[in-house]
Amino acid sequence: MITMEALVASGLGVVTAAGVYLLLRGRTFPVVLGLTLIGYAVNVFIFVMGRLWSNANPLLVGEGPVADPLPQALVLTAIVIGFATTGFVIELALRSRHENGSDHVDGHEPQSREGAR
Amino acid sequence: MNGLLEIWWQHAPVLSVVLPSLTAVLLLLIGDQGGMAALGGSHGGGRLRWRRRVTLVSALLGLVMAAGMVWRASLGEVVVYRLGDWPAPFGIVLVLDRLSALMVLLTCLVALPVLWYASGGWDARGRYFHAVFQFQLMGLCGAFLTGDMFNLFVFFEVLLIASYVLLLHGQGKERFRMGVHYVVLNLTASGLFLIGLAMLYALTGTLNMADMAQRVALLEGENAVLARVAALVLLVVFGLKAALVPLYFWLPGTYAAASAPVAALFAIMTKVGVYSIIRTHWVIFGADAGEAALAVADWLLPVALITSALGVLGALAAHSMSRLVAYLTVSSVGTIMAGVGLFTPETLSAALYYTLHSTIVVAGLFLLVEQVAAQRGDDTDHLRPAHAVREPVLLGLMMLFGAASAAGLPPLPGFLGKLMILQSSHGLSAQPWLWTVVLGVGFLTIVVLARAGVVVFWHVQPAVGVAASGNSAKMLSATWVFMALTVALAVMAAPVKQYTDDAAAQLGDRAAYQRAVLGEQAQTTRPYTGARP
Repeated sequence: MITMEALVASGLGVVTAAGVYLLLRGRTFPVVLGLTLIGYAVNVFIFVMGRLWSNANPLLVGEGPVADPLPQALVLTAIVIGFATTGFVIELALRSRHENGSDHVDGHEPQSREGAR
Repeated sequence: MNGLLEIWWQHAPVLSVVLPSLTAVLLLLIGDQGGMAALGGSHGGGRLRWRRRVTLVSALLGLVMAAGMVWRASLGEVVVYRLGDWPAPFGIVLVLDRLSALMVLLTCLVALPVLWYASGGWDARGRYFHAVFQFQLMGLCGAFLTGDMFNLFVFFEVLLIASYVLLLHGQGKERFRMGVHYVVLNLTASGLFLIGLAMLYALTGTLNMADMAQRVALLEGENAVLARVAALVLLVVFGLKAALVPLYFWLPGTYAAASAPVAALFAIMTKVGVYSIIRTHWVIFGADAGEAALAVADWLLPVALITSALGVLGALAAHSMSRLVAYLTVSSVGTIMAGVGLFTPETLSAALYYTLHSTIVVAGLFLLVEQVAAQRGDDTDHLRPAHAVREPVLLGLMMLFGAASAAGLPPLPGFLGKLMILQSSHGLSAQPWLWTVVLGVGFLTIVVLARAGVVVFWHVQPAVGVAASGNSAKMLSATWVFMALTVALAVMAAPVKQYTDDAAAQLGDRAAYQRAVLGEQAQTTRPYTGARP
């Protein structure tokens, strides 16, 4: 039977791979999407690093085991920071597109080869 | 007065973080209409003057507090500040030891002249320069003072977000182009930072550096292997900040595109990477960290030496003065990391001394280069024959001074720093490599700067068109401050070296650090298993 750990780990792997692929694209929009995907993967990774718990309370109430609360707090911080930086990078990409007249990450269309898309 | 001193004595570490952040908020409240228009209007001009006053006074106060912290740290005590008085390792702590005090002082020493320089006109070429600058200072001071790994990440983000905005200050195509690269690279690095951090948390169940150092030493078998992986992931992250091979390619373009005061401030940004590497790989993965000890020792020295060599080759090939200085930054980071990567207290002490020197010199050179460029008409800072600068003697002498200092000619501190690194490596197996690279890089640096000096000051064409105006006294004086600082560093070499020796010894004494942070008998329930204690 497939374990929960294997499922989460492989899921994270797929998301990260997709993020890296998008990050290596030539246009700013896929790059921003790639950063976002990597951000999601990293957030879940932090969460999982507090171990996967089943049948455990998220907070200190009642009897029985309690899930590790610290990674949850860390993830919150990481999400907030990630959200802010994503907002910034989108705005930056738009301004760069506006200033340079191209949404290529290098600020100009590639000369040879038929374009990195 | 005594009451104020009392407060400072109790809250010293956190005040250095709180002061810039409160100043930034105050600057935001003063407001900023932005643009050169603000200079013309009496209303906006008045606000600009107030912004300058507030930011300069705050930076001066920060400098005084940083000097006080260095004095306090030099007494040998590790000052631990528990935020909210939560006991470590559960709460976040700020830790003031010799190394962090020294780095905070260096930050303030660079920041004050740079702000003075920027108030010569750069701060009016965009909005909220001073506010963002103060946020950057907050991030820098926080990163140097924190004793908690996740808090280090948060302060990294603070200083990075501020640096994104500062880099774009003044705007223009090139800045946006380099800005996209810089931001995307650093966001990716932040992701990696979190991955490394989360792995360490999973292994040790703590984020407090002192506690983590204790627990990493207990890891065995496959867990120790995982810890080594985490150490290497963190090395990649900090290596990107510090601009080590192969992660330095972003730096020359970015620093060359940034406005001069911002580039000068960014001279300290690479040192944040250096500091984090020292903190992580000396304190947490130090020599007595069990199976995970010295996880990066095999990598750090070769990488550092290659960085140093490639940096100076890049400077040799640079076609503009600011790129040249940026490559010299890379090269100097390589030299510093070589000292760190040898993992002995003597080499670390020498590397710290060289860090002080190289940061100050590089910051001064960035400012100087812009003033030279401003007097060369359309050719600005391109390294090709143009008409003569208006003040060849003054600028030429300053350039000579900066170049001699950067290249490491006696009796300037660059010479002393390199000599210390060479001397401290005596008897180590890596000595031939280190000597070859450091001396070779020193020689090539002389060639690079001599070539630049010849092209800029001697290889001139008769002036055509309008003569450029001279530089403002403000800007020149700020550059002079950096020159004076390097002289001071050479004159006071003995006490400074004594201090860095002590700092290196303090870093080596992990038991004392852990005692100071965690108390005599710290106990935690971690790694967490779900069981109630």
